[in-house]
Parts: sequence; structure tokens; C-alpha cells
Amino acid sequence: MARKLPPKDVVIIGLGWTGSILAHELAQEGLEVVAIERGPWRDTATDFSPAFAQDELRYRLRHELFLRPAQMSLTFRNNRDQTALPVRDWGAFMLGNGVGGGGLHWNAETWRFLPTDFTLKSHLVQRYGQKFLPDDMTIQDWGVTYGELEPHYDRFEYLCGTSGQAGNLKGTIQAGGNPFEGPRSRPYPTPAQKQPFAHTLFGKGAADLGYKPFPQPSGNLSQAYTNPLGVEMGRCTYCGFCEWFGCANYSKASPQTTILPALLRQPNFTARTECEATKILLDKSGKRATGVLFVDSSGAEWEQPAELVILAAFQLFNVQLLMLSGIGQRYDPLTGEGQIGRNFSHQTVSAAMAFFDKKKFNFNPFVASGAIGMCIDEFNGDNFDHGPHGFVGGGYMGNVQSNGRPLETMTALPPGTPQWGAKWKEAVRDTYLSTIYAGSGVHGSCYTYKTNYLDFDPTYKDRFGRPLLRMTMDFHDNELKMSAFLTDRYAEIFKAMGAQQVVKKPRKGPYDITQYQTSHLCGGAIMSATPKDGAVNRYLQSWDVPNLFVQGASGFPQNAGYNPTGTVGALAFWSAGAIRSQYLKHPGPLVDA
Amino acid sequence: MARPNRRKVLSAMGLALAASPLSARAAVIEGGMPWTPDRTQPPQPVDPKGWRYFTQEEAEAVEALVDRLIPPDPETPGGKDIGCAVFIDRQVAGPYGSAEALYMSGPFHDGTKQQGPQAHDPPALHYRKALAALDKYCRGSFGDKPFAALSDQQKDQIIADLESGKVPLGAKPGSFFKQVLKDTQQGFFADPVYGGNRDMAAWKMIGFPGARYDYTDWVDRHNERYPHPPIGIADHPDWKG
Repeated sequence: MARKLPPKDVVIIGLGWTGSILAHELAQEGLEVVAIERGPWRDTATDFSPAFAQDELRYRLRHELFLRPAQMSLTFRNNRDQTALPVRDWGAFMLGNGVGGGGLHWNAETWRFLPTDFTLKSHLVQRYGQKFLPDDMTIQDWGVTYGELEPHYDRFEYLCGTSGQAGNLKGTIQAGGNPFEGPRSRPYPTPAQKQPFAHTLFGKGAADLGYKPFPQPSGNLSQAYTNPLGVEMGRCTYCGFCEWFGCANYSKASPQTTILPALLRQPNFTARTECEATKILLDKSGKRATGVLFVDSSGAEWEQPAELVILAAFQLFNVQLLMLSGIGQRYDPLTGEGQIGRNFSHQTVSAAMAFFDKKKFNFNPFVASGAIGMCIDEFNGDNFDHGPHGFVGGGYMGNVQSNGRPLETMTALPPGTPQWGAKWKEAVRDTYLSTIYAGSGVHGSCYTYKTNYLDFDPTYKDRFGRPLLRMTMDFHDNELKMSAFLTDRYAEIFKAMGAQQVVKKPRKGPYDITQYQTSHLCGGAIMSATPKDGAVNRYLQSWDVPNLFVQGASGFPQNAGYNPTGTVGALAFWSAGAIRSQYLKHPGPLVDA
Repeated sequence: MARPNRRKVLSAMGLALAASPLSARAAVIEGGMPWTPDRTQPPQPVDPKGWRYFTQEEAEAVEALVDRLIPPDPETPGGKDIGCAVFIDRQVAGPYGSAEALYMSGPFHDGTKQQGPQAHDPPALHYRKALAALDKYCRGSFGDKPFAALSDQQKDQIIADLESGKVPLGAKPGSFFKQVLKDTQQGFFADPVYGGNRDMAAWKMIGFPGARYDYTDWVDRHNERYPHPPIGIADHPDWKG
């Protein structure tokens, strides 16, 4: 029997980026806020020492900062004809755990989506016609526009201190920036990071081919910065141990380095760590959340009553908790009915290995940051005419190689190299300093299909005996065609840079749960204009339970050709703004069903 | 100083997951950022003497395997002298070997390649069974000689047959080859604190400067060879106080 805690105004599930933002915004309103976090407390000073943070085995290969599959996993299959099997160890994506969530271990690549990404369906139908889209594709408009989100992108970037070069200031194109980006109201808060040799060379090669290269927007800061909350960050040292690691330099934007010090000073905020939310509780009507049930690390069960519930866990676990709480109708791929679990997407990442003459090129690949890189955006979204190509979607591409960590870097060897023995050893020795390989160099979009979805697994259980989530996911021809086309363009740039040998690695099907792409899982509780087409309205408010707001990439109707965190942060500020300016005054649905 | 005491209480086995989330306790945090000095511990350097998991015969076979997977050359030691077998021994003796962090609930079925490994045996048990099978195979095929006593040519042939699945040791054809190759490469390139990569010889071989944490002065020195030798975690000045 759960012990009941004193009621709060707001209970937040998960203390990563969105949980921290919502907690701070709502605590500013004077509300009593409690956050329930599954993992441990983590902070720079106590957890990430520059004496031992740079440990590839501990953090990259043994996954110290991540959720352990023993605690929670999921099952996977490519299609309904297969029996799903458990993901016994992580591969295709990594799931954060603890305070900071994915915002702790990310690269800090801080992009905005294109204006047309938010009106994707209507834009593509208008330009190419409905018949141009595959029959089983289920893309949607977001219900929120780039123009509406712009002030919130701006707030997130200024919270993070993002380093970059504006490409479009209030409609005026800026030299050296991304000319395809939507108009921004002011420049990035800090200048772009300096680029190492290989990244600079990529920019030159791209410019030689007529493209407009620009530095990747980076949450690894080019200079010291004090954000609007008064939290200070340091300059990035290009240590090459960024993604999968915590930053010991206070240089990577994360909840710890941008918002938690200000949040924890609020007397009306409390965090409970090592506490796993197991259910959102509803009243008898099923239309109102009354609080959250959670289990602490001793196994004791608690009930936290609250007036407002913010679901701010990772995408998968948002969807899982909605299903476990009986909120909304679960998606049925046979009928296309139901909202929870539909429009699941990931990313369509591809790459190329570029081998250069070691007598002429020395790249020092270990000099890098998580969000380093020179990129082009000519082949993202609908920035190019898809008519002749027979697919939709795209992605940015760039040399974004973020490290020279040996165990990761040694995987880039010329074709035909044996896996072991003297020839393997020679090849590793002779290519390390003169090879460019960014595993996610081509960052392709992933659109949605009737057959890619999340539901409950019938066999495998978590440690509480509850069903695991089951992922049914495969690549479709549209994404594979896109990947082949983009990877060809990418390889041409390496040729223009003077590579001796370029090995293209376009994404191939079937979707493989062991092959790392990115940790950008999206959808399952998507934004929609009507309750029929999604789980939440344009403010991320549950259509079914109006005092529940579901944050994060679970709300993306499909995934664009960018890293999602900038958009996740912007949506969190947008949603918080609606709660502050509208919901708190008149609690109830913000959009009529 | 408290550090030596803390080092003593850390077992060599538990080092990689000393701050294991499952062993932590629920906490209520409010009123400011909590402060626990040195909450996360550095790894404890491996003592290279003896074996923690392998028997002497198993250890000899593993040393012979790692020394053919990564053979010595005039500049750089091979897998044996660089410590790969010690690395593997310490890793399989700990949480990695028992697959403590992984989802290991049944039922176990083989699936498609895309569904990932579904092995029931954690790495430590995989080694025990596969090394016994390797020993039996070698003694049966090479006049009662164990793997370690074979010629380099014979060893290489057996490894090639393990790779192709022709000699089916381990849970599935090729699975033991994959396991030992992955672990050997990790021992070769991981920080020397874990028992492999002795003298940072693997890092010197490729030109990786190791656990340095500041390349600010080098980001715009393009196409210039970085001149400084590598440092490891245990070499860091902060450890010498």
C-alpha cells in the first residue's frame, strides 16, 4: 500500500532538460513543485573530475552514466511477423539515467528545425501532390509553427550559451551562417567554436563544390558565458570526451551547468532521486490526474498527489507510462486507430570513411568537441527539389567527428583490412591520424509509417513484473533512397578535399537494434490538431487528461534531419509559457477538442 | 588523506560500476546543490600479478590468443606483453563478466541479426565453456597439445577457423571469436589503469595523447603533429598528492 505524501501543486516525472525547464518556470509562479527522478543525482564538481572523466572504457563502453538494461529495457522486432526479443544491451540508441537525463551525455548539437518541418505534410502535398508520398506514410503537421517557436528557441539557446554563426537574422541572410535556417531574432549568444584541421578542410571542400558551409551550432562553448539565470559556464577545451561523458569543465550545456543551480535555490522546489514513477493516477472519471505513484530504491511505494502532472521522461518512457496509466487509446496498426504508440521514428544516419595520404595529412582527431564540425544544409528537409529523386526528407551533412578515442576511431579501416593479426595492427597504426570518419556525418530525417509503432510486449517483463515496451520498426524505401542520395553527395565533398579513398556507408535496411545511429527516438505521443490524430495538443497538453502535459520528443509527429534537443527545449519553454499565461488562470483544455 | 582508505574499500572487481545506480539510495534534494566530496571514485589501478578469474591453463590459452590477435612487432608489444589477458581476466571477474547491468530475463531465443545478441551465458561463463572446448579441440587435433603449445601458424589457423565458424566453440559459431577479439582490442586501447595498454604503448603506436583534457592551443594548429607523449588516468598530476 502506497504511503501518501503531502500534496504539491506540480509533480514532474524526470529531471532532464524538459523537467528542469518546466520545474524552473513553474516554481517562478510560486507553485510548490516536486520532481521524481529514476536515477541518481549528478553534478559536475562531484561526478566529473578532469582527473578521470576521460575514460573510454568506463563511460563509452561500460555505459556508466546510462540506464542499465537490467533496470529497464524494451523488446524489438522489424515487423509484425517476427517475435520481438529483448534489447539485452544498448546499441542503436543510448538511454540516459539520472538528473540531467540525455542533457548530460549529449554532444550538445543545438539545431533549430526548418520552418517547413513544422508544416511538413501540407507543405509537401502542396509542392509535390499527395501521390508523391508513399501510401503508408503517416507524417503530420505539428500544429505549432516556426514563427511561434522562435522566441522559445531563442530562450533555450540563451539558456545554453550556444556557440554559432547566425545564417538568417530577421530575414537577412548572413555570410558564414546557415542560409537555410528560419529567421532568428538575434545572433547566437556566443561566437562559433574554432574548427580543427579536418573540419576546416571539409568546409573548404564543400565551398569548392558551391555549397554554403557553416559551423555546427554547439552547446560546447567557445568562450565563458553567464546565462540569464546567472549561471556561469566555462570555455570548451576540445578534450574529445564529450558525448557519452559528463563534462568536467562546465563547458557543455546541460541542466547541471545552466539551470539546476538556479532551480535548487527556489525554496518551493524539491527533487526526489532514485525514485521511479510507476503510474500516473487518475480520478474515477479518468479525465483528471490526481498525482503520481513511485517506488524508491528500497522498494517502498509512495503516492505524490498534485494538481498538475508534467511527464518529462525520455521519449520511450513517456509512451510507456501513458500506456501503463491507461491514458489515451493504444495504437492499433491494423485499424490505424488509437494514439499512444503511433508515429514512432528515429533517425536515418549514414556516413563515409575518408582515407587521406598520411604523409600529407595529420588531423589530430583527438582535438574535438561534441558539437564540433562544419556542415552544409543544402540537402536537408525540402531545401532542394525532391521531384526528380522520388523521395522526401533529407538531412544536414558535415564533418562532425567529435573525438579520436581509439576504440571508437579504430573501426574506420580501409576495406579488406583483416579483423586481427599483424595487418590489422599496421592498418590501425597507419590510418589513425589521417582518416576522417564521423559516424553520424549525414544526419537524415526519419518519417513515419503505419507499421512503425510502440506497444506492450506480451512476454517480457520489467523488474516490477510489468510488460516491457515493444518496438516494431523498420526502414522504408523512402528513407533508404534518401540515405543513398545524401551519402553520394557527402562522399563527393571528401573527394574534393583530396581524400585518397572514400568508402560510402549509406544506411541499409533492415533497421538494426545493434547499430548505433543517434539517441533521437521520437513520437508515440504526438502533437496533433485533433484528438483523433495524436496524444497531445499544440501545447503538449494531453487531449484525454487536461492537467497532464507530456514534454519532449515523444510529441514529434516525425523526425527532421537535425538533432532534436534544440526543438525539445523550445517546445518545453513554449508549453511552460502556455501553462503560465493560460492554463493556471483557467485550468482546463487549452484547445477545444 | 581519506583517499587511500577509500581505495582499499573498493574491490578491484567493482571499479567500473562503483557508483552503480542500483546500489544508490533514494534522496530528497532541496535548498541548494548537494555536495558530497569525491562522490564518484576514480578507478583503482589493476595489480597485474596473478589471475582473478582464469585458471592457470585458461590464462595461458588467453595469453596465446591475444598475442596472435595482436602480434608483437619491433616497435609495439603484442597482446600478451601489453597486458590484454590481465585486462580480460579482471573484466570478466567483475560486473562485465557477470552481465550484471544487462537485461538477462528469459525466455532466451535466437532471433535475427538485427535483434542483437541473445546469449544466455554471460561473458565469464562464455570464456569458461569456450576455453574448455578449445582445449579439447586442440588436444584432439594436435597430439594432446593445448592451444598455447602450438606453433604460431597452427594458432593462426585455429583463430581463422574460429572466425569463420568452422571450429564451432562458444554459444554460436563465431561467437567466441567475436568475444575475445572485442575484449582484446579493448585491453589494447583502454586506459592502462585497467591492466592492458602497458606503458601506453598502444596509444604511442597510433599517436593518441590519452587522458589530456585541454587542446585549446592546438585547435587551430592545422596539419601539425601533436608532440607531447600520452598520459593515463593514473599518471595525472592530481593523483600524486
